Amino acid sequence: MPNTPLVQVTNLYRYYSQACAVRDVSFELARGDVLGFLGPNGAGKTSTMQMITGNLAPSAGAIRILGVDLLDEPRRAKLDIGYLPEQPPVYRELTVDEYLAYCARLNRIERRLQPAAIATAKERCGLGDVGRRLIGNLSKGYQQRVGIAQAIIHTPAVVILDEPTVGLDPLQIREIRNLICELGRDHGIILSTHILPEVQATCNRVQIIHRGRLVFSDHTADLEQRTRAHALLARFLATPDASALQQLPGVQRVDMLDDQRVRLFFAGQDPSEALIERSVSAGWRLVELGSERSTLEQIFIDLTTGDATPHDTEAAA
Amino acid sequence: MIFTIAARELRSLFLSPLAWAILAVTQCILAFQFLSHIEYFMELQPQLAALEGAPGIADLIIAPLFADAATVLLLITPLITMRVLSEERRSRTLSLLFSAPVSMTEIVIGKYLGVLGFFVVLLAMLALMPLSLLAGSTLDLGKLAACMLGLLLIMTAFSAMGVYLSSLTQQPTVAAVTTYGLVLMLLILRRGSGLSGDESGVLGYLSIIEHYEPLLKGLVNSTDIAYYLLIAVLFLVFTVRQLDRMRLQN
Repeated sequence: MPNTPLVQVTNLYRYYSQACAVRDVSFELARGDVLGFLGPNGAGKTSTMQMITGNLAPSAGAIRILGVDLLDEPRRAKLDIGYLPEQPPVYRELTVDEYLAYCARLNRIERRLQPAAIATAKERCGLGDVGRRLIGNLSKGYQQRVGIAQAIIHTPAVVILDEPTVGLDPLQIREIRNLICELGRDHGIILSTHILPEVQATCNRVQIIHRGRLVFSDHTADLEQRTRAHALLARFLATPDASALQQLPGVQRVDMLDDQRVRLFFAGQDPSEALIERSVSAGWRLVELGSERSTLEQIFIDLTTGDATPHDTEAAA
Repeated sequence: MIFTIAARELRSLFLSPLAWAILAVTQCILAFQFLSHIEYFMELQPQLAALEGAPGIADLIIAPLFADAATVLLLITPLITMRVLSEERRSRTLSLLFSAPVSMTEIVIGKYLGVLGFFVVLLAMLALMPLSLLAGSTLDLGKLAACMLGLLLIMTAFSAMGVYLSSLTQQPTVAAVTTYGLVLMLLILRRGSGLSGDESGVLGYLSIIEHYEPLLKGLVNSTDIAYYLLIAVLFLVFTVRQLDRMRLQN
């Protein structure tokens, strides 16, 4: 079954009494995908992830893990899932080694393969020297790593991480991101986050969920195309007239921001090079030049604020 | 898989001082009771020697000791079972079990056996006291076995109730209080037996003590055994359904 998607979600719905938290969500995850799940608080990210991992029963819809229906054969399907919830599900009274040994047994790893699995998971998550310490005494960052180690210990086909970098320091965030990139090579990964640069740094696909619906789904590579630069921001010490700037090739509109800064909107050809040449020859004394992109953040805000109304917080329950 | 979960449960129990404290206190109280029963037996012994078919050590020391143990059990069961599921819900570790390839039934039975493991330790320590009498006397081992079976059956029933009530709440104390209530209710039901409106004696039949006394006398009836096992199975099925419901409602 080389073409079976790792995760196949079809028409997923979830209601909390009257409020609809997830509405008609469908997507697939292929091998090697790192899917970033974005959305404002209470948009339905966590609910969707809980449903894929069998922690929450969907109101309607189907979930297949490697072609195995999660609702019909939960035990078989769950063999291929690793899940890190928002709060790492660790027992504070156990040591890291004891805890991971328990997880290895719980995930039905063969007894003789368990020590190797534990060692690999520890090494990948940088837990080598804390094996004998109590989880309760570890810092938040290390507890988070233990949580990730737990999710990957049985080398599942799908790893689902709910806000894996929350509460970590910048160095740890970078390590976790590297780990996610590394894991992405041989697992399929779904991760949710509020941090937009994180998606651009680690994911090859992005989905934005808003008020329970998938409102955006794209490859980050295609996103680069969509977010191509469309404006230049320049600062001059001897600012030229707008008309002079207008004459540069490709420039469509010129905004004078203040007496030094200018925004140039362009289409097609990038006028940066021509601008620099003219600046030198005409003595405009250009000191700053940068391109402005419509970022993922821009897309995110456009999609999630346009029709937001106060009552959409209901879905967060 | 069941035993993996049970072993973790038992381990975590013994990693907290609570289990040790309970074992120690129980042992102290029951040892005191044991000594007082022996004292009483020594006083009666001259008169007993004259009697034909007089009650022996098993009737005058072991049976009262195990009757006391049942009362102590009422006090300690809620403390042991209260955290089993409520704590996991509160600290959100339950999702580890939910996303692992194990069924709800395995989770519940695993947790239950872990708790029962603790009570088996308690039972073994209790049994050491009557067994020590073997050093200076003869003992009706059959009756001792019946008493131990009776206490074990009470443990299975109490623990199952405690595990169920622990699955209903995120507050361990609430689980403990409700378990106290339920267990105490089953103990005192007998008082209502024979009152007007209960001519059939059903209240007495439901009472835990009613089924314990024959076992203390050494009478092993399958109806009594069935009574305890039915309670245990009933509450474990409730627990499985409750966990399923948690997935639905979250």
